Amino acid sequence: MLISNMEIIPGKQIQKHFGLVQGSSVRAKHVGRDIMASLKNIFGGELKGYTELLQESRDEAMDRMQQQAHAIGANAILNVRFSTSSVAQGAAEIYVYGTAVILE
Amino acid sequence: MIELTIFLVLMTLGYLVGQYAEKKHYQSIIEREKRLSGLTTVASRFPPPGKQHDQCLVLGSVVISVDYFKRFIAMLRNLFGGRITSYEALLDRARRESLLRMKEQAAKMGAEYVFNVKYETASISKGRQNTIGSVEVLAYGTALMRPRDEA
Repeated sequence: MLISNMEIIPGKQIQKHFGLVQGSSVRAKHVGRDIMASLKNIFGGELKGYTELLQESRDEAMDRMQQQAHAIGANAILNVRFSTSSVAQGAAEIYVYGTAVILE
Repeated sequence: MIELTIFLVLMTLGYLVGQYAEKKHYQSIIEREKRLSGLTTVASRFPPPGKQHDQCLVLGSVVISVDYFKRFIAMLRNLFGGRITSYEALLDRARRESLLRMKEQAAKMGAEYVFNVKYETASISKGRQNTIGSVEVLAYGTALMRPRDEA
Protein backbone atom coordinates (compact mmCIF):
# COMPACT_ATOMS: atom_id res chain seq x y z
CA MET A 1 0.00 0.00 0.00
CA LEU A 2 1.28 3.42 -0.96
CA ILE A 3 1.47 5.86 1.93
CA SER A 4 2.37 9.46 1.31
CA ASN A 5 1.93 12.77 3.04
CA MET A 6 1.46 14.65 -0.22
CA GLU A 7 -1.92 15.41 -1.66
CA ILE A 8 -1.23 14.30 -5.20
CA ILE A 9 0.85 11.60 -6.81
CA PRO A 10 2.50 12.85 -9.98
CA GLY A 11 1.42 10.92 -13.05
CA LYS A 12 -1.36 9.05 -11.29
CA GLN A 13 -5.07 9.79 -11.19
CA ILE A 14 -7.23 9.29 -8.13
CA GLN A 15 -10.20 7.14 -9.11
CA LYS A 16 -12.15 7.08 -5.91
CA HIS A 17 -12.07 8.78 -2.51
CA PHE A 18 -12.98 6.82 0.59
CA GLY A 19 -12.55 9.57 3.15
CA LEU A 20 -10.55 9.51 6.34
CA VAL A 21 -8.85 6.44 7.76
CA GLN A 22 -7.13 6.51 11.11
CA GLY A 23 -5.12 4.50 13.56
CA SER A 24 -4.17 5.22 17.12
CA SER A 25 -2.22 3.59 19.88
CA VAL A 26 -1.73 4.46 23.53
CA ARG A 27 1.32 3.07 25.27
CA ALA A 28 2.90 3.32 28.65
CA LYS A 29 6.52 2.58 29.29
CA HIS A 30 7.58 -0.13 31.70
CA VAL A 31 9.28 0.49 35.01
CA GLY A 32 12.82 -0.33 33.87
CA ARG A 33 12.69 2.28 31.17
CA ASP A 34 11.14 4.73 33.58
CA ILE A 35 14.04 4.42 36.00
CA MET A 36 16.58 4.82 33.22
CA ALA A 37 14.70 7.86 31.98
CA SER A 38 14.66 9.53 35.36
CA LEU A 39 18.41 9.00 35.56
CA LYS A 40 18.76 10.59 32.16
CA ASN A 41 16.71 13.49 33.42
CA ILE A 42 19.66 14.42 35.62
CA PHE A 43 22.33 14.18 32.93
CA GLY A 44 20.30 15.24 29.93
CA GLY A 45 20.53 13.72 26.48
CA GLU A 46 18.52 11.34 24.39
CA LEU A 47 16.06 9.02 26.11
CA LYS A 48 16.55 6.02 23.84
CA GLY A 49 13.93 3.94 25.64
CA TYR A 50 11.27 6.52 24.93
CA THR A 51 12.36 7.00 21.34
CA GLU A 52 11.96 3.27 20.74
CA LEU A 53 8.68 3.14 22.60
CA LEU A 54 7.17 5.92 20.53
CA GLN A 55 8.49 4.39 17.33
CA GLU A 56 6.87 1.04 18.12
CA SER A 57 3.70 2.81 19.03
CA ARG A 58 3.75 4.78 15.78
CA ASP A 59 4.32 1.62 13.74
CA GLU A 60 1.32 0.03 15.39
CA ALA A 61 -0.88 3.05 14.74
CA MET A 62 0.17 3.06 11.08
CA ASP A 63 -0.53 -0.66 10.89
CA ARG A 64 -4.04 -0.12 12.15
CA MET A 65 -4.61 2.67 9.67
CA GLN A 66 -3.42 0.42 6.84
CA GLN A 67 -5.70 -2.38 7.96
CA GLN A 68 -8.63 -0.03 7.94
CA ALA A 69 -7.78 1.23 4.47
CA HIS A 70 -7.33 -2.33 3.27
CA ALA A 71 -10.71 -3.34 4.65
CA ILE A 72 -12.54 -0.70 2.64
CA GLY A 73 -10.63 -1.58 -0.50
CA ALA A 74 -8.26 1.35 -0.92
CA ASN A 75 -4.82 0.93 -2.41
CA ALA A 76 -3.20 4.14 -1.21
CA ILE A 77 -3.36 6.59 1.69
CA LEU A 78 -2.57 10.20 0.90
CA ASN A 79 -2.04 13.30 2.99
CA VAL A 80 -1.00 11.38 6.10
CA ARG A 81 -0.58 13.37 9.33
CA PHE A 82 0.78 12.43 12.74
CA SER A 83 -0.25 13.72 16.08
CA THR A 84 1.03 12.96 19.58
CA SER A 85 -0.55 13.76 22.90
CA SER A 86 0.25 12.72 26.43
CA VAL A 87 -2.92 11.45 28.03
CA ALA A 88 -1.55 10.73 31.47
CA GLN A 89 1.88 10.90 32.99
CA GLY A 90 3.98 8.16 31.45
CA ALA A 91 1.57 7.32 28.67
CA ALA A 92 1.46 8.78 25.19
CA GLU A 93 -1.11 8.54 22.47
CA ILE A 94 -0.01 8.42 18.86
CA TYR A 95 -2.62 9.19 16.26
CA VAL A 96 -2.21 8.79 12.50
CA TYR A 97 -4.77 9.77 9.91
CA GLY A 98 -4.99 10.17 6.18
CA THR A 99 -7.24 9.96 3.15
CA ALA A 100 -7.84 6.52 1.67
CA VAL A 101 -8.07 6.49 -2.13
CA ILE A 102 -7.91 4.18 -5.10
CA LEU A 103 -5.17 5.09 -7.55
CA GLU A 104 -5.34 3.81 -11.07
CA MET B 1 22.07 19.44 55.11
CA ILE B 2 21.97 16.09 53.31
CA GLU B 3 19.33 17.41 50.95
CA LEU B 4 21.51 20.38 50.12
CA THR B 5 24.47 18.12 49.38
CA ILE B 6 22.38 15.93 47.10
CA PHE B 7 21.12 19.03 45.33
CA LEU B 8 24.64 20.38 44.82
CA VAL B 9 25.94 17.02 43.60
CA LEU B 10 23.08 16.73 41.12
CA MET B 11 23.70 20.30 39.95
CA THR B 12 27.40 19.75 39.28
CA LEU B 13 26.82 16.34 37.70
CA GLY B 14 24.08 17.75 35.52
CA TYR B 15 26.21 20.71 34.52
CA LEU B 16 29.38 18.79 33.68
CA VAL B 17 27.84 15.76 31.99
CA GLY B 18 25.14 17.83 30.33
CA GLN B 19 27.62 20.28 28.81
CA TYR B 20 29.83 17.47 27.58
CA ALA B 21 26.90 15.54 26.08
CA GLU B 22 25.51 18.63 24.38
CA LYS B 23 28.87 19.54 22.83
CA LYS B 24 29.33 16.01 21.55
CA HIS B 25 25.82 15.91 20.18
CA TYR B 26 26.27 19.18 18.31
CA GLN B 27 29.53 17.93 16.83
CA SER B 28 27.85 14.81 15.53
CA ILE B 29 24.87 16.81 14.23
CA ILE B 30 27.09 19.21 12.29
CA GLU B 31 29.16 16.38 10.86
CA ARG B 32 26.12 14.41 9.71
CA GLU B 33 24.44 17.53 8.34
CA LYS B 34 27.47 18.07 6.12
CA ARG B 35 27.42 14.46 4.97
CA LEU B 36 23.73 14.56 4.09
CA SER B 37 23.66 18.05 2.60
CA GLY B 38 23.28 16.60 -0.92
CA LEU B 39 19.78 15.41 -0.13
CA THR B 40 17.39 18.33 -0.41
CA THR B 41 14.43 18.61 1.91
CA VAL B 42 11.57 20.77 0.70
CA ALA B 43 8.56 22.01 2.61
CA SER B 44 6.51 22.39 -0.56
CA ARG B 45 3.36 20.32 -0.76
CA PHE B 46 3.63 19.66 -4.47
CA PRO B 47 6.22 17.43 -6.11
CA PRO B 48 8.22 18.67 -9.11
CA PRO B 49 6.01 18.37 -12.20
CA GLY B 50 6.79 16.15 -15.16
CA LYS B 51 8.91 13.38 -13.69
CA GLN B 52 7.42 10.21 -12.30
CA HIS B 53 9.08 9.41 -9.00
CA ASP B 54 8.59 6.42 -6.79
CA GLN B 55 7.74 7.57 -3.33
CA CYS B 56 7.70 6.48 0.24
CA LEU B 57 6.88 8.01 3.61
CA VAL B 58 9.97 8.56 5.77
CA LEU B 59 10.06 9.32 9.47
CA GLY B 60 12.63 10.38 12.03
CA SER B 61 11.96 10.87 15.71
CA VAL B 62 13.91 11.56 18.88
CA VAL B 63 13.18 12.12 22.56
CA ILE B 64 15.65 14.42 24.30
CA SER B 65 15.73 15.48 27.89
CA VAL B 66 17.26 18.55 29.51
CA ASP B 67 19.73 18.10 32.38
CA TYR B 68 19.22 18.95 36.04
CA PHE B 69 21.29 22.11 35.99
CA LYS B 70 19.54 23.59 32.99
CA ARG B 71 16.16 22.73 34.41
CA PHE B 72 17.03 24.66 37.55
CA ILE B 73 18.18 27.67 35.51
CA ALA B 74 14.97 27.55 33.52
CA MET B 75 12.99 27.48 36.74
CA LEU B 76 14.78 30.64 37.88
CA ARG B 77 14.05 32.22 34.51
CA ASN B 78 10.40 31.56 35.11
CA LEU B 79 10.51 34.07 37.95
CA PHE B 80 12.03 36.90 35.95
CA GLY B 81 10.83 36.10 32.45
CA GLY B 82 12.88 36.34 29.28
CA ARG B 83 14.60 33.97 26.95
CA ILE B 84 15.16 30.45 28.23
CA THR B 85 18.27 29.54 26.26
CA SER B 86 18.56 26.09 27.80
CA TYR B 87 15.24 25.01 26.34
CA GLU B 88 16.01 26.69 23.04
CA ALA B 89 19.10 24.51 22.74
CA LEU B 90 17.08 21.43 23.68
CA LEU B 91 14.48 22.01 20.98
CA ASP B 92 17.11 22.94 18.41
CA ARG B 93 18.95 19.69 19.07
CA ALA B 94 15.79 17.63 18.92
CA ARG B 95 14.59 19.21 15.65
CA ARG B 96 17.92 18.84 13.89
CA GLU B 97 18.41 15.28 15.12
CA SER B 98 14.97 14.15 13.99
CA LEU B 99 15.42 15.75 10.57
CA LEU B 100 18.78 14.00 10.24
CA ARG B 101 17.26 10.63 11.13
CA MET B 102 14.59 11.15 8.51
CA LYS B 103 17.23 12.09 5.94
CA GLU B 104 19.31 9.03 6.83
CA GLN B 105 16.32 6.81 6.21
CA ALA B 106 15.63 8.56 2.90
CA ALA B 107 19.28 8.35 1.83
CA LYS B 108 19.27 4.60 2.52
CA MET B 109 16.43 4.22 0.05
CA GLY B 110 18.27 6.25 -2.56
CA ALA B 111 15.99 9.27 -2.47
CA GLU B 112 16.58 12.40 -4.51
CA TYR B 113 14.38 14.77 -2.55
CA VAL B 114 12.21 14.72 0.53
CA PHE B 115 9.03 16.70 -0.06
CA ASN B 116 6.39 18.08 2.27
CA VAL B 117 8.51 17.89 5.41
CA LYS B 118 6.53 18.48 8.58
CA TYR B 119 7.52 18.65 12.23
CA GLU B 120 5.46 17.51 15.16
CA THR B 121 6.49 18.30 18.72
CA ALA B 122 5.13 16.84 21.92
CA SER B 123 6.21 17.14 25.53
CA ILE B 124 6.14 13.77 27.21
CA SER B 125 6.77 14.23 30.90
CA LYS B 126 3.74 16.41 31.37
CA GLY B 127 2.25 16.79 34.80
CA ARG B 128 5.48 17.10 36.72
CA GLN B 129 5.59 20.69 38.01
CA ASN B 130 4.62 22.05 34.60
CA THR B 131 8.15 21.72 33.26
CA ILE B 132 9.00 20.68 29.74
CA GLY B 133 11.71 18.30 30.87
CA SER B 134 11.80 16.03 27.86
CA VAL B 135 10.49 16.67 24.42
CA GLU B 136 9.71 14.44 21.46
CA VAL B 137 10.14 15.71 17.92
CA LEU B 138 8.99 13.79 14.89
CA ALA B 139 9.95 14.85 11.38
CA TYR B 140 8.21 13.27 8.43
CA GLY B 141 8.03 13.72 4.71
CA THR B 142 7.67 11.97 1.39
CA ALA B 143 10.91 10.69 -0.13
CA LEU B 144 11.04 10.83 -3.92
CA MET B 145 13.30 8.23 -5.49
CA ARG B 146 15.23 8.85 -8.68
CA PRO B 147 13.12 7.93 -11.72
CA ARG B 148 14.18 4.49 -12.91
CA ASP B 149 14.29 5.26 -16.63
CA GLU B 150 16.74 8.08 -15.99
CA ALA B 151 19.30 6.05 -14.08
